[in-house]
This record gives sequence, C-alpha cells and structure tokens, in this order.
Amino acid sequence: MNTQATPAPPAPAPPAENCCKVTGLTKAYRTGRGAKAKTVLANSDISLEIRRGEVFGLLGPNGAGKSTLVRQLTGLLRPDRGRIEVLGHDIVRHPDRASRLLAYLGQESTALDELTVALAVETTARLRGLSRPAAAAERDAVLAELALEPLAHRPLAKLSGGQRRLACFATTLVGERPLLVLDEPTTGMDPVARRAVWAAVDRRRAASGTTVLLVTHNVIEAETVLDRVAVVDEGRVIACDTPGGLKALVDGDVRLDLVWREEPPLHLPLVAALAPRAAVNGRRWTVRSSPDEARDLVAQITGGPAFAALDDFSLATPSLEDVYLLLGGRHEGLVK
Amino acid sequence: MTTAVLPAPQARLFPALGAVYRAQLSRARVARIPLLFVATFQSLGIMVMMRGVVTTGSADAEAAQDVVAGSTVLVVAFVALNLLAQYFGRLRATGGLDHYATLPVPAASVVLGTAAAYASFTVPGTVVTAAVGCALFQLSWVHLWVLALVVPLSGAALSGIGAACGLLANRQEIATLLGQLGMSAALLLGVLPPSHMPTVIRWVRDLLPSTYGVEALARTFATHPDWTAVALDLAVCAAVGVLSLALAAWAYRRAATRA
Repeated sequence: MNTQATPAPPAPAPPAENCCKVTGLTKAYRTGRGAKAKTVLANSDISLEIRRGEVFGLLGPNGAGKSTLVRQLTGLLRPDRGRIEVLGHDIVRHPDRASRLLAYLGQESTALDELTVALAVETTARLRGLSRPAAAAERDAVLAELALEPLAHRPLAKLSGGQRRLACFATTLVGERPLLVLDEPTTGMDPVARRAVWAAVDRRRAASGTTVLLVTHNVIEAETVLDRVAVVDEGRVIACDTPGGLKALVDGDVRLDLVWREEPPLHLPLVAALAPRAAVNGRRWTVRSSPDEARDLVAQITGGPAFAALDDFSLATPSLEDVYLLLGGRHEGLVK
Repeated sequence: MTTAVLPAPQARLFPALGAVYRAQLSRARVARIPLLFVATFQSLGIMVMMRGVVTTGSADAEAAQDVVAGSTVLVVAFVALNLLAQYFGRLRATGGLDHYATLPVPAASVVLGTAAAYASFTVPGTVVTAAVGCALFQLSWVHLWVLALVVPLSGAALSGIGAACGLLANRQEIATLLGQLGMSAALLLGVLPPSHMPTVIRWVRDLLPSTYGVEALARTFATHPDWTAVALDLAVCAAVGVLSLALAAWAYRRAATRA
C-alpha cells in the first residue's frame, strides 16, 4: 500500500488555500485523415484556481471544452502543455494520484448499468480501498441519505435516467474524497432528487470542507449553487467570478420575453419596430433593454392591440446566459 | 503554494479483484443467462449434428473424443473470448472505463476480476456439454474431473485474449468482429479430429490456444490417458493465460488513459 504524500512546502498557508491550480493548460485533437486532417484546440491556455471548500462551476455550451478540462484534472487525459495541481499534487506528472484525491462522476454509467444500486455503490467503495464492513456501512448510509433504499436491489439499467444518475452520484460519495468532480450530475433528475444531491453536497462541505467542481450547462443551477464560475467557450475561459460579480457586468439591462400565440402581429408598428432587435426562438422573442424602456414596452404591448396576440410575457433581471452572450460566447447551447 | 493533502490509500490487488469478480458475477443474473443458454445450445447442437457422421465405439473413438472435447471448450471460447471482447469493447467505446480509471485500483484487478467472472460463467455450460457428449458418444465419464483444470486454464487463456481484443480495438464493431473470429476459429478447428485435416490447417490449429484445452480434455476420454501429455497441454494453456492476461492488463491501462 502506498500512502506516501508529496511533502508539503514549508511556506505559511495563505488565508484561502487552493484546491486546484491550473496553469496554461492546452490540449489539441487531430480530426480527419490525410489532406482533411485538422488540429482542433479543445483547451487553449486555460488558467484557473479553485479554492478549498467552494463549489466551483464550469459553465459553457456543449463542445466548449469543459469535459476535456475535467478529464485532464482527473488524470484521464494528459495535457499537451500546462500544469495541474490538485491539493498540492502535480497531476500531470502523477496522474495516478488523482483517483486517491478526488471522486469523479462522469456522464456515462455503462460500467455500472447491470449492477444493482446497492452493489454498484458497495463495489465502488471497495475499489476506493475500503474494507468489506466499511464499504457495506457506507453503502447503507449513502443509500439512506439519498433516499435510494427502495431502489437498492434494482439494476441501474432498469431505472429512469434521473434515478440512474442519482445512483451514480451515490457512488461518488462513498470512500470520502476532499474533492468531488461532478460532470452534469443532475441531468434528467426531478426536483426532489436534485435537492437530495445538493443537500448531500452541503453536508459534506459543512462537515469536512469538501470542494466541488461542477460541470454544467444549466444556467439556473449555476446561479443557485455555485460560489464561483468560469465561463468556458471554444476551449477558453472567457470569464471567472462569482455569479453575482459576473451578472454585474450586464447590470442595468433586463430581458423581456414575449411568447406569441401564433404568428407575431407584424402589421402593428410597435411589434414591427421591435422585430429587428428580438432574438427569435420559435414563438418566443427575447429583447434586451434598459429597465425604463422595458417597463414602457410592457405597458404599450399589454395596453394595446398586440396583447390579443400574446400568449405569455416575462421581465427578468440578467442571467449568466446574458453574461455569456455579452462576453462574446458564440453558441446558444445553455439551458435555462 | 498549497499544503499537500495526504492522498487516500490505493485499493489492494486481491480485495479489489474480489470486488470486481463479485460485481461481474452478479451481472449474470441480469444479462448473461440468455447468452449462456445460447453458448450451451450451440455446443449441444454441434454434437447432435456430428453424431450423424461419427459412429460410437472404437472405430471412430478419436473423432468422438475430439467432437465432445471441442464442443465443450467451445462454450469457454464463446463466453470468455467472444462475450468478453464485446464487453470490454463496449466499455471502452462508451466511456465506461472512466469509472474504473478514476478509482485507485491496480489495472490487473479489473482485468483479472472480469476475466475470472466470465470464465466462471462457462462452468455450467461446459459441464452440461461434456456430460451430454459422453452420453451421446458413449465415452467414459471417469476422468471428467479434469474439467476443473481445463475450464480455468483455457478460460484464462481465452479470456485474456478476449479482453485484449476488446481493449485494443479502437472501435466497438472491431472488438465484436475479433471476438466472433476467435470463437469461429475455435469452432471450425476445434471440433474435428486433426488427423482428418491437411497439414497447413493443422499448423493453424496448433496456433490456437483453445486447441490445447481441447486436446487435454480429449486425451482423458481414453481408458489409460497419457497424463504427461495432458499436463503439457494444460501448461501451454496456463502460459498463454499468463501472457494474454498481462497483455490485457497493459491494454486496459492504455485504453483507460486515452481520450
């Protein structure tokens, strides 16, 4: 058994210690063959720091490079350039240490699909080095904590998407690790399961100062659970701050959503004037404006003939999606 | 700078191997039982078919022994080689290997635990096939205890090859194809007596690890088996098993740390 750690440096600890420090991380892929071969930068010169005990998010649309970054942090993928330090250990040089420092929830469950929930959790605990009685005790505790007991003896493959995701999340909690790396953990979950996930995370943060790295493209989730967030687009980090700090960048603007019953009444001058400014998504128009103008627009639309054609409308303060678009994000892949 | 946190200990080889074995074995209840029936019925079918051309009694004793031994080891080839290649091919293609690769376990524990479970799946099928074969061709049951050596040793050799095929193939379809080809070779070259085959085909037959399992079993149907030759055949299976499982463990490490 190897329980040796890298010796700690003698320097005094700063007030908020880093959990992860990523410097100049670059990873390129080659796609195609022969003359069609192209090099695509999945990650380009990414640098970021995650503090101990925080819930840090990577937000970006599909294909932005979030999962590539996470695979490098978990030791699954070797970067072309750059440094990754996790809890004081160089993961580029010692990728095998990642599994002893962190628990990873990937997007796939094929390794566990044919196991029952109880056995999947217990086996994972055993493979994290726990003895048989300890693994069984942790299995029972985690299944109770996540209210998975009624499903304990059903194979993962026979569960719904959200239930299966919750069972996979349970496997990351056994054999406690100081860092949890969760790649879209709540996909397909109902609100009850989602609350169970975040309650379990909060308990570990309070009890042991667990750090969480969360990959998501869900804006609402990002705004509600994250302490800090890095916005990733086309392999680069385009912003990194608290959700509040990022939203302050677009302060002053609000978003007006108009949902038309059928076709928008473009014969009305007010609606025709609004059309060029609206981002159209099916029957939904989204217009960004100052709060005063937005109030005025709502009054005119709801007080005039356009109201008859309107199915729904909402006025909202800016979200992280607005920040993403303001910062130059080029994809509309974020989920609200 | 940050204070280094002491990493959790690595899982040890044998407890981890045992945990993987137990988990894999439990999968049989969910997904493997229909496939085990297919493996056994295939071998029983071949024996019934061959019964039409091979007579019982001393006239065709060698042929009868090869048919029963070949059909029995075919169950091992079907499950340990073909199904295991497909399992690891699917795990690699769908990203399922990430689960094991982010746990602190020795590569050998995952490969050996899975291979041992697949070899265990073959036990009921081989026993049924050998027993039915002995009845069908009027062969002696006396030395069938040798299955206790033939199944694990040829299981090790074939599951190592199956795992390596599944883990080395860069596409899931290639893994399936390699598994099928391996099993077909064991089927086509294993169930007929070598003395009926042209020299070149016999050389190819000698290159197949399953051949040595078939020969070891076939020899024990004799009234006075040549135990030295049986031991030599089983030693070849064991040696191929060690090499192929080492190759599979290497292939696992390579597959687990690639994009």
